[in-house]
Amino acid sequence: MELNLEVMDQMERIGFLLRGLYHEHGFVRYRMSKFEEYDLYSRNKDFLLSEGVITFTDANGRLMALKPDVTLSIVLHVRDGGDELQKLYYHENVYRLSAASDGFREETQVGVECMGPVDGKTVQEVLKLAEESLRLLSDRYILEISHLDLLSALVDTVATDDGMRERILRCSGEKNLHGISGICREAGLAEGAERALLDLLRTYGPPRTVMPRIRKIAEENGCEASARELGQTAAAFMGTPAEEHLWIDFSATGDLKYYNGIAFKGFLEGIPDPVLSGGQYDALMRRMHRKDRAIGFAVFLHRLERLSREGALN
Amino acid sequence: MEERRNRDGGSFLNVALPKGRLGEKVYQLFAAAGFECPAILENSRKLIFENPETGVRYFWVKPSDVAIYVARGAADIGVAGKDILLEYRPDVYELMDLGIGKCRMAVAAPEGYQDDPARTLRVATKFARIARDYYAGMGRDIDIIHLNGSIEIAPILGLSDVIVDIVETGTTLRENRLEVRETIVPISARLIANKSGFKFKRAAVEKLTAGLGGVEK
Repeated sequence: MELNLEVMDQMERIGFLLRGLYHEHGFVRYRMSKFEEYDLYSRNKDFLLSEGVITFTDANGRLMALKPDVTLSIVLHVRDGGDELQKLYYHENVYRLSAASDGFREETQVGVECMGPVDGKTVQEVLKLAEESLRLLSDRYILEISHLDLLSALVDTVATDDGMRERILRCSGEKNLHGISGICREAGLAEGAERALLDLLRTYGPPRTVMPRIRKIAEENGCEASARELGQTAAAFMGTPAEEHLWIDFSATGDLKYYNGIAFKGFLEGIPDPVLSGGQYDALMRRMHRKDRAIGFAVFLHRLERLSREGALN
Repeated sequence: MEERRNRDGGSFLNVALPKGRLGEKVYQLFAAAGFECPAILENSRKLIFENPETGVRYFWVKPSDVAIYVARGAADIGVAGKDILLEYRPDVYELMDLGIGKCRMAVAAPEGYQDDPARTLRVATKFARIARDYYAGMGRDIDIIHLNGSIEIAPILGLSDVIVDIVETGTTLRENRLEVRETIVPISARLIANKSGFKFKRAAVEKLTAGLGGVEK
């Protein structure tokens, strides 16, 4: 008997379609337990998308948690330091505190993780897979890319301490340029000290339009390598139908304690929040004493509930 | 909301305006920036107004709800006070400081009040997160008393030691024999945008920010 897609609800169909896509690209399913020791999350609180974890004590007296995140578990359990790239995908439920509803929610996400000798080619492959995932869901999508090392270097030209750095990064994610200027004036920096950072944040749009300007800003601030990486990543899409859906924007930020290099988010028209989020997380690997490099992304299925069954799903 | 189209066949730019004087002032700024919708000036009880010619749809909402409409994508853009953005931290872009609706978030206490740092400070406020962050930065232990209105009477009745609230002219404080002790942060109206809506309606949003004298692009 053949599998009848009609009996599945929207979330199930999307989940299976994405799994099929990742399987076709040589990714292997990774299954995990619903529970993890709470300690893993208490040590990496800032990595979690929401505050709050559901905990319980197991039969052995250990404090356990219902998984609020998938990546941390994969990093913890997958072997480290091999010569081969490990290409994994997952389809899991996570339990997060929803700021909007003031309670915990079960959320389903499908995603991929690459661990091992991640190079520019791997980054391009993962980005292409993220783009294909969005294309599968809708014709009206935007994949937004930034480079956290470049952003971080320009933030460091003005930030005098960690607190100021954090505030400036938050403003960067909000496109709050007046806020950044305000923080710099408060800190006693001269008028215009933040000009290069503001220029970078103002430079958003299709790669073909904005890359020349980004290269110039990077060159003037000694960050050519990051701009080159960003350019090479975007180059994988040039001249393809996907190019018009690509958007470079340095407001796509992440916590720099965990993320570095290329970061990206996916948006669909009519859905208010990003439906896909990912990037390189070598910094997290180092924090967890891993030698490998890593990149991955997640598609948040619960945010796709409003995607129309008829119009969506290419 | 049904998907109606503007004159050029594109989507409307959905704008959440805060009801009241501030919203009326904001509308005048938006109209001058090329987003006119004369129907909004008619005296009626309607809450939603659209103009297919300029491609804009306005709706009046409670000022403290503007950020929710924008964060949830019911509005592409809106105008909200910095106090609301600091208190609720909605995941939106804050594109411009419009420089109107200026006031400040302040700590006020009864005239002559002497703080005793050895005691937990009782703080009455509508803005629990702002108050908590402010005193956490000073390492001060506080007890938040969350109120929804008439905050000024809390110290008079002995419910709290101080209040954290918005101060515009200071008249209400003076009439209740309170005085400002510290300014926490200056407040003004901010242009905010939904992160997804910003990308799919980029041309309209940039036309608006340029018309408002924005330097963001």
